[in-house]
Amino acid sequence: MEAAAETGNMASVQHIILVLSGKGGVGKSTISTQLALALRHAGKKVGILDVDLCGPSIPRMLRAQGRAVHQCDSGWVPVYVDQEQSISLMSVGFLLENPDEAVVWRGPKKNALIRQFVCDVAWGQLDYLVVDTPPGTSDEHMATVDALRPYGPLGALVVTTPQAVSVGDVRRELTFCRKAGLQVLGVVENMSGFVCPHCAECTHVFSRGGGEELACHAGVPFLGSVPLDPELTRSLEEGRDFIREFPESPAFPALLSIAQKVLTEAPARLL
Amino acid sequence: MEEVPQGCPGTGSAQAGQGASCQGCPNQRLCASGAGAAPDPAIEEIKEKLKTVKHKILVLSGKGGVGKSTFSAHLAYGLAEDENTQVALLDIDICGPSIPKMMGLEGEQVHQSGSGWSPVFLEDNLGVMSVGFLLGSPDDAVIWRGPKKNGMIKQFLRDVDWGQVDYLIVDTPPGTSDEHLSAVQYLAAARIDGAAIITTPQEVSLQDVRKEISFCRKVKLPIIGVVENMSVFICPKCKKESQIFPPTTGGAERMCQDLKIPLLGKVPLDPHIGKSCDKGQSFLIDAPDSPAAVAYRGIIQKIQEFCGHHKPKQEPLPSS
Ligand SMILES: Nc1ncnc2c1ncn2[C@@H]1O[C@H](COP(=O)(O)OP(=O)(O)OP(=O)(O)O)[C@@H](O)[C@H]1O
Ligand SMILES: Nc1ncnc2c1ncn2[C@@H]1O[C@H](COP(=O)(O)OP(=O)(O)OP(=O)(O)O)[C@@H](O)[C@H]1O
Ligand SMILES: [Mg+2]
Ligand SMILES: [Mg+2]
Ligand SMILES: [Zn+2]
Ligand SMILES: [Zn+2]
Repeated sequence: MEAAAETGNMASVQHIILVLSGKGGVGKSTISTQLALALRHAGKKVGILDVDLCGPSIPRMLRAQGRAVHQCDSGWVPVYVDQEQSISLMSVGFLLENPDEAVVWRGPKKNALIRQFVCDVAWGQLDYLVVDTPPGTSDEHMATVDALRPYGPLGALVVTTPQAVSVGDVRRELTFCRKAGLQVLGVVENMSGFVCPHCAECTHVFSRGGGEELACHAGVPFLGSVPLDPELTRSLEEGRDFIREFPESPAFPALLSIAQKVLTEAPARLL
Repeated sequence: MEEVPQGCPGTGSAQAGQGASCQGCPNQRLCASGAGAAPDPAIEEIKEKLKTVKHKILVLSGKGGVGKSTFSAHLAYGLAEDENTQVALLDIDICGPSIPKMMGLEGEQVHQSGSGWSPVFLEDNLGVMSVGFLLGSPDDAVIWRGPKKNGMIKQFLRDVDWGQVDYLIVDTPPGTSDEHLSAVQYLAAARIDGAAIITTPQEVSLQDVRKEISFCRKVKLPIIGVVENMSVFICPKCKKESQIFPPTTGGAERMCQDLKIPLLGKVPLDPHIGKSCDKGQSFLIDAPDSPAAVAYRGIIQKIQEFCGHHKPKQEPLPSS
């Protein structure tokens, strides 16, 4: 570890995991929130850093919209999602006066805010910091990796849907991971199939198998497939704790098993 | 990493120094004063270059993965079914270009012609341009910061030899960032007919789309209307409907009422759309009678009507 990392707001953060995808709307924010909830239920202290500045989704998904961040001596106090303060969250969503306001920022301004999010948030003691990112490989990603690098090794969870159009973008994201020196913990395939609630027929709305094939091709672990689950969408719309409230639903076992793999793998891979 | 020159919404615009992106910009005061604010000469060059392009349509969404590229591709396919209509499709999603794959043009290369880059032609009347045509391998990542992306978009608009075109469709990445500002700024003098905004029914998506609509209003970009994509899913076996992405806050319909903008139509979730996209074929031809194809056609017609009725104003006000 570098000297600068010994002190400051990030000093007591154990493991850092970025959730990435080259493709939009594949479920990065969904996986970020569900991973955080599952880690929390495993007794971990979790921070979520939302660096999607144009389209922050996490506040709604954790029912924290409209909350405010406060200042303290060591910087911004993140928003605590639960009573026990086991999940803390920082998002540009908390800094906007009007939720419909567009954040029309070019790169340099985004970079500055992301640096602040990393350095000036009083994260305190965290077992995991989960970083939700916008799609792509641009300013936000470079700024995040640059700012977090001293606190080091950075893990990456790469999310894709099964379709070729998505897998194509995600291949490029894996190249980014390699170039940026991220430890790819694995690929998650999301929206894999839909089981009709009326007749139990499974339809592969967004095709099938692309995630596993990609992981195999790229030589990185495949962590699992999460089916399309309307209960998950609904739970996210209402900001509910899916992992606690919907253990019977189709997406639950997959999400839990992915979180388990992260829990067992991450400490060894992110040393 | 390298220091980046400060970008801004355009020194030539009336918003210079006053836009949201100018806050904190070291040049804010200078820009706001209007002193030394020489507009980028490319804006005029692009206006000249695009004189042969009748209608310009931006496809936008604040949210990722809602179907912008799928819609852009099918708007292009649909319009180009009339062989007398010349269509150009420009993909300005620099980091995640989907259009080459969706149009079955993966691995194609752009050629240099006398007057610039020549687009890749899928049909005689359908030309396509994307950063995907400039990459060596499918694993190449375009890891570019804003200014470099802006330079690429400028080149796409100024240096591509589109020829006589009835419709130029611009597919964008999600959000309200460099690519969007650049497209709007560079096309300011050439004039954009309007934006088609894509969303899915759930609030997680709508909340980002409202921001996109604020963006359009901020930069005075006319809104053609909203397309709700992935609306319902009809089980291929039992034919019963499911809402995979439920409209928990009333969907696009309610948002359009609230914001007083037209709803152009709703496209259901149809697994064949994804298959057609992966194969690089037109879903309108693969499944012409499906509810989704019918919905697409209705929307395309409304966009044509909008462009027909919409008379571009004579001359834009000179920016000072
Ligand atoms: N497995 C799933 N089943 C059902 N709905 C899902 C599933 N995964 C994600 N969703 C829903 O799909 C939408 C897109 O997911 P999400 O917002 O997490 O994607 P994203 O990759 O973060 O998007 P963006 O690129 O815009 O940041 C959300 O409304 C979410 O609730
Ligand atoms: N109505 C639909 N039914 C089924 N699948 C669809 C539908 N519309 C789009 N898709 C599929 O959904 C995925 C996302 O669509 P698309 O790539 O067009 O979204 P996008 O908004 O351009 O994403 P990005 O934000 O990454 O640019 C694609 O795999 C596409 O094939
Ligand atoms: Mg997201
Ligand atoms: Mg796209
Ligand atoms: Zn069924
Ligand atoms: Zn400026």
